[in-house]
Amino acid sequence: MRLIPKEVESLWTLFTAPTIWAVHFLVCYVGAAVFCAKRNALGLDFITVRSGIGIVTVIALLAILGSGWLAWRQWGFGTHEPPHDEPSHHDRNRFQGFATLLLCALSFVAVIFTAMPAAIITECNP
Amino acid sequence: MSVLPDVLPEDTRSDGEREAQAERLRAVWKTPTGWRYWTAVNNTEVGVWYTGAAFLFMLFAGVLALIVRVQLSVPDNDFVSAEFFNQAFTLHGTVMMFLFAVPIFEAVAVIILPQMLGARDLPFPRLSAFGFWSFILGGVFVCGSIFFGAAPNSGWFMYPPLATSEEAGIGADIWLLGLSFIEVASIAAAVELIVGVLKCRPPGMKINLMPLYAWYILIVAGMILFAFPPLIAGDILFEMQRMFDWPFFEPERGGDPLLWQHLFWIFGHPEVYIIFLPAIALLAMIVPTFAQRPIVGYSWIVLAAVGTGFLSFGLWVHHMFTTGLPSISLAFFSAASEAVAIPTGVQIFVFIATLLAGRVIFSVPMLFAAGALAIFIIGGLTGVMVALAPFDWQAHDTYFIVAHLHYVLIGGVMFPIIAGIYYFFPMIAFRKLSDRLGKIAFWLMFVGFNVAFFPMHLSGLRGMPRRIFTYPDELGLNLLNLVSTVGAFIFAAGVLVIAYDMLRPKKKQPYAPRNPWNAGTLEWLTEMPGEDWGVRSVPIIRSRYPLWDQPTLMADVDAGRYYLADAEEGQRETMVTSVLSAEPIQCLRVSGPAYVTIFSAFALGGVFIFLTFHWWWLTLGSGILAGGGILYWLWTGTAIIPEKREKDVGLGLKLPIYVSGPKSVGWWAMFITMVGDGTAFGSLMFGYFFYWTIHDDFTNGLAGPGVLWPLVAAACFAAAWAAMLLSRAANGADRPQGLRLWLCVSLVLTVAGSCAGLYGPYAHGMDPTAHVYPAIVWIVILWTVCHGAIGLVMQAYCLAGSFAGRLTAEYDIDIHNVVLYWHFMLVTALATFLVVGLFPLAV
Repeated sequence: MRLIPKEVESLWTLFTAPTIWAVHFLVCYVGAAVFCAKRNALGLDFITVRSGIGIVTVIALLAILGSGWLAWRQWGFGTHEPPHDEPSHHDRNRFQGFATLLLCALSFVAVIFTAMPAAIITECNP
Repeated sequence: MSVLPDVLPEDTRSDGEREAQAERLRAVWKTPTGWRYWTAVNNTEVGVWYTGAAFLFMLFAGVLALIVRVQLSVPDNDFVSAEFFNQAFTLHGTVMMFLFAVPIFEAVAVIILPQMLGARDLPFPRLSAFGFWSFILGGVFVCGSIFFGAAPNSGWFMYPPLATSEEAGIGADIWLLGLSFIEVASIAAAVELIVGVLKCRPPGMKINLMPLYAWYILIVAGMILFAFPPLIAGDILFEMQRMFDWPFFEPERGGDPLLWQHLFWIFGHPEVYIIFLPAIALLAMIVPTFAQRPIVGYSWIVLAAVGTGFLSFGLWVHHMFTTGLPSISLAFFSAASEAVAIPTGVQIFVFIATLLAGRVIFSVPMLFAAGALAIFIIGGLTGVMVALAPFDWQAHDTYFIVAHLHYVLIGGVMFPIIAGIYYFFPMIAFRKLSDRLGKIAFWLMFVGFNVAFFPMHLSGLRGMPRRIFTYPDELGLNLLNLVSTVGAFIFAAGVLVIAYDMLRPKKKQPYAPRNPWNAGTLEWLTEMPGEDWGVRSVPIIRSRYPLWDQPTLMADVDAGRYYLADAEEGQRETMVTSVLSAEPIQCLRVSGPAYVTIFSAFALGGVFIFLTFHWWWLTLGSGILAGGGILYWLWTGTAIIPEKREKDVGLGLKLPIYVSGPKSVGWWAMFITMVGDGTAFGSLMFGYFFYWTIHDDFTNGLAGPGVLWPLVAAACFAAAWAAMLLSRAANGADRPQGLRLWLCVSLVLTVAGSCAGLYGPYAHGMDPTAHVYPAIVWIVILWTVCHGAIGLVMQAYCLAGSFAGRLTAEYDIDIHNVVLYWHFMLVTALATFLVVGLFPLAV
């Protein structure tokens, strides 16, 4: 079995990192919302929410880094400059890699943005 | 290995042959004349009607806005009554959003996307026509209500409890049902556009060569699939409350008005980007043309489009900052609202960089593009301000928000669309609009806009709330409001100049030269005046800007030296290519003019309209007609068995005419539709769990549907799904008896599953008007059973197809698509019945 998958011929890979962002966002939001609505029944402290968000954030960032590494490889590790506008299989692949890499960077930042409130906010309704 | 030749072979046809080919092509694509003209389905006709209708609705909503501004021009005014004022601003917002901004994107895309892709038409022309007729009927219905004093009056986002109250009147029903109908048209457009972008590109146009416009359209159509269905789900809940008193939004019986706000804004915020991105996409075509160079940072635009598309779904709660949600929830959405500024900003910088790197030709489209950027940037900056919850608490529901949203929408949507109209007008009408009038219009609109809307920031900060029909003299708002009104009329004068420029007779004006702006993309292959066939032959593309980089392209296309230069069988045909590399894979036959699209749209419209007035029998009759119309349309117009398997499309290439499964456009259409459908179902399930979160005991001590019957239903649906797999396998093995047998088994199991599903809540006496818990259980079960009924019709359709000899082992589009439907059906049924049966036990 390969540890790292071969290059995938698909458009879907472009959306991997933003999807990770979306899942991370939903988990944070739904987790916190359910906690705040049901805290009496749960009997847990808010620190649980904050550490939970911390853990899923680390997982999400690692996943985005992984996807970013695959994208970087697809881009040819930066050996070719954009605009990747030749009608070749090679340039098409480089383009997909580069666009995916950009999206990984954006998603990475956006995940950190989402997680930041948990670093500051200490209660459901302070 | 590519099948595309590097050089075109020598043209051996005589002039006579070439002309005969052109003549056949012309005859096939000819637009019907006389009153049959309205049966046309070709993208050029439907797109133009669509655009024209959307533009008319815009003018109508603009007049409503002027009435609003006249009423507010002086304090204590009585130009119109409070009730009319409420109807006017509600309809203004509703029409601008649902009947102008969203449809104009679909309309423009229907016109220019196929041209840009060198396609003869989009893959489902009749679906576009159906969408248009639905739109026009729903639009006239919603707009017409104001002439009977029956327009919706609770604001364009229809918040309960106001909109569920008696005061809302029939207007609320008109809003809910009229717009639900139009949402169906939007989802139809999304299906058409996604499949169009992914599968109907010209040979060689790999994904890295696709025009940026197509990228934006792909993303936006994808967003529609996830944004509109929550609103449809919300509409269903809302209408069930209004019509049958199911208490979804009524706190006394366990409901919660906040659920509507969630569902509305899960739609409403992405919707802002759904209308903004396609407008910006027009700029992404205009800017390179007038900078006379390729866009700087193509990949960065893709980043921006995809990034904005995703992030825009994490913003909805920023419309709900003042509803008392936990601070941490607000903070997540505040953070995402700030993050979306990154991709939004990227595209602005890309445009500016392209302009700086090129030699800019100043023209009317560029003027509007520049004005758009200037206005939009101000709107974007106030957006960053209101994304901060503490600032929003101050500004919420004031004119500051009114100013912000108009800066965003007029800068981000209206101005780019006007730029697009000036830019693309010669492609559609073969004559240019007037430069002089365009400049006059621009300055009137630009100055008028700022005079009208800038003061609203100030009146808002001074505390003027939205949606008040008048204000007292001594609040210090008089001058600001008067200035806004004057500005609004200057702006409207500019819009009128544009309307005049478009409509004025141009018979004496010479045709525009071909490719009048010296653009680089394929839509400018259009001849002046043009032919109905779109392109003379479907070219091989090797560049992002083929008209700049492939010097002989235009001549070769015109000479019919590329693909599909002929129509020897008298059929409308276009090319289908692979998603990533655009290798030719199919010669797709598309349908021609038809009445059935108009009939189906009007019959379906009847369902929604009659429902508004609670005319049940007419609703039922209309529904039967609509269903019959659609079935007739499918039977006579889809999955037609061709007279031969393969066709020579030119340049020595033979392509299949009939393909099925994931290779076929119909399979993708089903997949895309069902993704949207699944989102609507997900939204209903969201409602179920939402009620669980807000109550300590969400069942309120009432009986649930029990465990037995939901599990029986789940088992029946799972078995029905398995039988569908077996029927497909039997068909694949060329055993028609097996196919029919398993279809019948599946059919019986579907009926059994539906009955068992309904019997659970029925047997336990669940009264949906008593409390929200029985109501939400009933609604998810009804949703699933309705889908079971549709699944049943599909099974019967396949059965009929098998007996009629149009569903065989070789020609098996229908069974593949129906099985695909059943995959989604299985997930829906299992989720429904396992949740309603088991979840109450788990909590």
